[in-house]
Amino acid sequence: MRNIILGALALALGSIGTAAAQEMSAVAPEVLDKAVAQSWPKLSPELQALIEQDETQRECSIHRNEPPAKVAEAIVAREKASIAYPADGKFMGDWKQGEKGALSGYGFRMGDDPKRAAGGNCYACHQLSPAEISYGTLGPSLLGYGKAKGNTPEAQKEVYEKIANAQSVLACSNMPRFGRNKVLSPEQIRDYVAYLLDPDSPVNKGQ
Amino acid sequence: MLPVKLLAMACALIALAVPALAQSDDETEKGLEKYRAMMSDPMSNPGYLAVDRGEELWSHKRGTKNVSLEGCDLGLGPGQLRGAYAQLPRYFADADRVMDLEARLLWCMEMLQGVDTAEVVKRKFSAPGRDSDMEALVAFVANQSNGMKFAAPLTHPKEKEAYALGEAFFHRRSSVMDFSCQTCHSQPGARIRLQKLPTFDTPEEAQATMGSWPTYRVSQNALRTMQHRMWDCMWQMRMPDIEYASPITVALITYLTKKAEGGAIEVPSIKR
Repeated sequence: MRNIILGALALALGSIGTAAAQEMSAVAPEVLDKAVAQSWPKLSPELQALIEQDETQRECSIHRNEPPAKVAEAIVAREKASIAYPADGKFMGDWKQGEKGALSGYGFRMGDDPKRAAGGNCYACHQLSPAEISYGTLGPSLLGYGKAKGNTPEAQKEVYEKIANAQSVLACSNMPRFGRNKVLSPEQIRDYVAYLLDPDSPVNKGQ
Repeated sequence: MLPVKLLAMACALIALAVPALAQSDDETEKGLEKYRAMMSDPMSNPGYLAVDRGEELWSHKRGTKNVSLEGCDLGLGPGQLRGAYAQLPRYFADADRVMDLEARLLWCMEMLQGVDTAEVVKRKFSAPGRDSDMEALVAFVANQSNGMKFAAPLTHPKEKEAYALGEAFFHRRSSVMDFSCQTCHSQPGARIRLQKLPTFDTPEEAQATMGSWPTYRVSQNALRTMQHRMWDCMWQMRMPDIEYASPITVALITYLTKKAEGGAIEVPSIKR
């Protein structure tokens, strides 16, 4: 009897799951793709690349950023494999350059000069230095991050990988893949690593 | 007179916001709220100049057919303005597609008046020395739904399809930042820098946002429409310029308007 009830329950839950999945895929991928193509007609190849999705973007979109375990594993593995490391193997750069980039949202918007360095725009989403009060809250606070994390080679590599490709750590993370998408070069990324981990960085000063 | 007033408002913002920043986020928000309330007076909101200009344009005869827009059917019958905006976007049988206000106005210009809309679309967003007929017309028509509540029908299969397409695009990640609309608009209370972001799964926030567009944007000295808001979001997301009144913009506006169902319309509002 108990098994029958459990079975019925599982069936009911299963059907809810199916209904939700149907709702989520109410639009066939081809229909969405066609509407996107109609809404951005006549693009140059460089701009066309910005509206097309890579496999990770496509999977995260379909699964509303909550991929099943198998898909998540595949994303993490693929993104990890895509990471480009600095040629000299050093992960720490200049925190002052990192701070400049952390404050800058310049780059890749229509009308932005491609020759001017793009910023990582960290402050849009994160708190970092106690002196900068205009910070966003979409991401966790990184105030005093290096003090808690330490400055070991392992910590440096870990932070480098997170910035280069957040999805090599967490599939469908909201954070941009700055290295993978070539927003930041490996040399620039280590300036951000320094901004987070260098004991002299303002991120790690104060109380 | 107007620039003096704007300058006074800008000074008031600085006076209110700067000491508040040194205090706490809550107090900053309260200061900004006071500033917004001060500006929302129709007598000092330059957005109402666009409403007046839109009214003139609405009854102005032009195009190869030399007629006004007064015969334009915005969904409630030809020339019926009161409450029409509150029931958009919707399916129009004559065009056999779902249209938001801006797509519908373009259609009326082309079909009813015989106006060359390519020229109108070039001026879709105003800039210094470049007036926009669309901004003025949207301000005028939307203002005719003030005090009413969003109630788009969403019964026709193509309306349902537009909603589903909007929902799908809202979650579609792309470009170099991997952003979708959802990235910024799904975490209640979250901010970009100090700017609070509306969460569209929270009905009150969706209603407050959708019910306050079109708006006069002080930082841009211009009346801005929902199509402009869509274009601006794409720009922030590092996407190419999206086509005006395109299927994705109309689908997104359909989706967002449904999220704001029951919300009161009070436009044009005034924002930073």
